[in-house]
Amino acid sequence: MEQKLVALSGNEAVAYAFKQARPHVASAFPITPQTEMMHKYAEFVANGESTTEMILVESEHSAMSAAVGSAAAGARTFTATSSAGFALMWEVVYIAASLRLPICMALVNRALSGNINIHCDHSDSMGGRDAGWIHLFSENAQESYDNAIMAWRIAEHMDVRLPVMVNYDGFIISHTADALYMLPDEAAYEFIGKYQPKYSLLDVENPITVGPLDLTDYYFEHKSSQLAAYDKVPGVIQAVSEEFAALTGRQYGFAEEYKLDDADMVMVMLGSSAGTAKDVIDEYREKGVKVGLLKLRTFRPFPVNYIAEKLAGRKAVCVLDRSASFGGQGGPVFMEIRSAMYGQQVPIHGYIYGLGGRDFDLQQVGTVIENLQKAAAGGAVKDINLLGNRS
Amino acid sequence: MSFIKTNDLNEGGIIKEAGNAHDYQTGDWRTFVPEFIEANCIQCMFCWIYCPDTAIDIDTSGPKPLMKGIILEHCKGCGICAHECPPAKKGKSALVMVREEK
Repeated sequence: MEQKLVALSGNEAVAYAFKQARPHVASAFPITPQTEMMHKYAEFVANGESTTEMILVESEHSAMSAAVGSAAAGARTFTATSSAGFALMWEVVYIAASLRLPICMALVNRALSGNINIHCDHSDSMGGRDAGWIHLFSENAQESYDNAIMAWRIAEHMDVRLPVMVNYDGFIISHTADALYMLPDEAAYEFIGKYQPKYSLLDVENPITVGPLDLTDYYFEHKSSQLAAYDKVPGVIQAVSEEFAALTGRQYGFAEEYKLDDADMVMVMLGSSAGTAKDVIDEYREKGVKVGLLKLRTFRPFPVNYIAEKLAGRKAVCVLDRSASFGGQGGPVFMEIRSAMYGQQVPIHGYIYGLGGRDFDLQQVGTVIENLQKAAAGGAVKDINLLGNRS
Repeated sequence: MSFIKTNDLNEGGIIKEAGNAHDYQTGDWRTFVPEFIEANCIQCMFCWIYCPDTAIDIDTSGPKPLMKGIILEHCKGCGICAHECPPAKKGKSALVMVREEK
């Protein structure tokens, strides 16, 4: 497939991807660093390049509520937010997943208050990890664009019908001009396909009730049927990724494996910092240090079997979290990875780094690799460490 | 009441049968209950129109619908019927709210 090489910020790239899906409805409220994404989208609509009905709401709670109503009416729908905006959506974020509505959302990752901070970390997304959405993470503008295309196919798959959030790092990806390949509009729409709702509130011939009172008699059964839905998601993510790879040449799946095959030591992370890590891994590889990277793309549903298989037999593993779990045992990714590795004799330690947009630099990756070597040699490394923090 | 099996539930918990509130008994929430005084009833059907549930018992077998009373399994005691009931019989209404003693 002939693709156009363009220079766009992450926000612009995702706006283009969403436009190519030809959504019927978008509802959003501005918040830094998401604002430019919807700004760009509003420009498409104003210029007549998109027929999406834009609903300008008074808050993020309303943005997600409008998205739920629109999706239940049978419209292809998206929204976008960051940080406190996502927090304000909270109640309705769960409802979107419970009602099995295939809404797509761009979550431009930003730290949660307080104190107030507009820069990147993953605490917004991680706070919503149990809400029932599919979480995809991106390393750069290209991956943000690609995820925003594939998100529709995953969400709208007849066996899935769940909302998908496309995560990309605030400012680092959202506001940085980056080179990426874009699909032609027709090819992108052909890949995504025409939306076929399973039901519609507007279908007066077949009236339905959505979201009724659900007490001790049925709530648990509704949750158990929702839980079962996530078992079908990994297969769909794989299938959509393969189809996308055949079209574009870019391979995704649950994770990117960077110099992983023969690696004795592995670091696990998600988001833009993987790019920094790869550079330092290259340096250490030249010195003969067998270190590799597992960059998670899919955080929910958590690909537990894949992780357990990929990390089996390694001499040391470390997990880097760009969010903290206050009072918990390390960051959210660390907890998942260590749990996935239960019963295996692989030493695992964790880091919390980059909170509130703190730079993740080459030196920090160096420290991580030195510690991995220490752990691989049987040395003691603390379970949970802070990286790039002034002690 | 028999329960639908988990695997037979609709995705997302949606309900495809219209008017199913009739199958869901919620009459034990009340503090006040409407008392029907048949002698004051002018069969205006306001209570049936305004009732947010299905608590007004209407006999539809004759040429005109007839108000028969309250279906207590569905009455939450909201009092809307009594509020809307016109005091058409010498200033007296056919529905008045009284405290329910349980």
